[in-house]
Amino acid sequence: MFKKLDPKKLFEDLTNTQVWRSMFRGGTWKDTSRDRAQHILGNVWLHLHPARIRRRAVDFKYTWGLGGLSFLLFLVLTATGVVLMFYYRPTPDLAYRDMKDLQFVVSMGTFMRNMHRWAAHTMVMIVILHMVRVFLTGSYKTPREFNWGVGVILLVLTLFLSFTGYLLPWDQLAMWAVTVGTNMASSTPFVGAEGPFSSLLGVGLKNDARFGLLGGTAVGSATLVRFYVLHCIAVPFITGADNRRIIDRSFLAYS
Amino acid sequence: MSDLPAFPKPELTRRSFLLWGWAAFLAFLAGSVGSVLRFFLPNVLYEPSQKFRAGKAADYPLGVTIDKAHRVWIIRNEKGLYAMWARCTHLGCTPNWFPAESRFRCPCHGSNYTIEGDVIAGPAPKPLWRVQVVQTPQGDLVIDKAIMEDRPGLREKVPFFIALA
Repeated sequence: MFKKLDPKKLFEDLTNTQVWRSMFRGGTWKDTSRDRAQHILGNVWLHLHPARIRRRAVDFKYTWGLGGLSFLLFLVLTATGVVLMFYYRPTPDLAYRDMKDLQFVVSMGTFMRNMHRWAAHTMVMIVILHMVRVFLTGSYKTPREFNWGVGVILLVLTLFLSFTGYLLPWDQLAMWAVTVGTNMASSTPFVGAEGPFSSLLGVGLKNDARFGLLGGTAVGSATLVRFYVLHCIAVPFITGADNRRIIDRSFLAYS
Repeated sequence: MSDLPAFPKPELTRRSFLLWGWAAFLAFLAGSVGSVLRFFLPNVLYEPSQKFRAGKAADYPLGVTIDKAHRVWIIRNEKGLYAMWARCTHLGCTPNWFPAESRFRCPCHGSNYTIEGDVIAGPAPKPLWRVQVVQTPQGDLVIDKAIMEDRPGLREKVPFFIALA
């Protein structure tokens, strides 16, 4: 009844799945010069730009430049965000005052803050439009299924960046928006204190998803510094890495 | 050919138009870079003012009193009162006053100063800075650290010295 476990056969089965082949493209290793070239050109770590682009794949009427626009907005947000970090201190006493200083007494401060805000709102919009375009042109189909997966992660990260940035002005809107947003996390199945099945895992008020996000049981100074780190370092870093993957792979049509 | 009317010379040639275009673009770039650099120089400071009130002259005892918040010494002697910026002229540390030795000693590189602010030991190149100290009609001391003097003869006169009976 039980067959002997063969690690080699198991690995072959794994690498033959659609999920694996969409993530590590180039096909099985045949050690021909064409095969070697395809593996190296298609490897995200070895090759940073697509070696070959089809004219139709970059036609403006086909892509509407939405991917490039979202990447440009990401760069604008990184640059203006770093600039704003020079004045902003993430503590309850100083955050709101530093934000007001940026608006009213720092030279070019209003411009930088407004540019960051408008670019953020625009990026959320453009990223959604990009997703619609990719869906309508069927660009998620084989062999680019994994790009759709990365794209979904990027959409979630963009929304999460928007959400974490929401708290940083530390005004009434920010406080209550994050109170409401994190309360939703406590309704998550299994990991939210008020969600279904949480009692099975012993998840309560002080160890659920909401608690982890807030760094406490209510929005406070721990939440502010937590959201600041997520907004300025953790999430932009992951988003940048994922962007890299998308840009590299979206133009590669061969498997 | 000579009876053809001469082609009118355009007032604005393509070449000069493009040159002006590039010049305007470069001016815009320079302005942008300049204004971003200006962003990094704060307009409002959250540190003690250079000019501040320091109480009544009569409240200061003979000898050296340090105002740590404003980083000045207020020094009272038999003739009157003066103020010195508590900043070593070598590399900017704050020297300490040692009453037993009657001298300022800098902990960083060992410069020594007299109570007058003159260098008596160590690498300091210049005497300590006296700062402006004047009295309001009500008798409050007003110290302005932005106005400084270190030349003997001038530093013992108004507005760097207040004669007291």
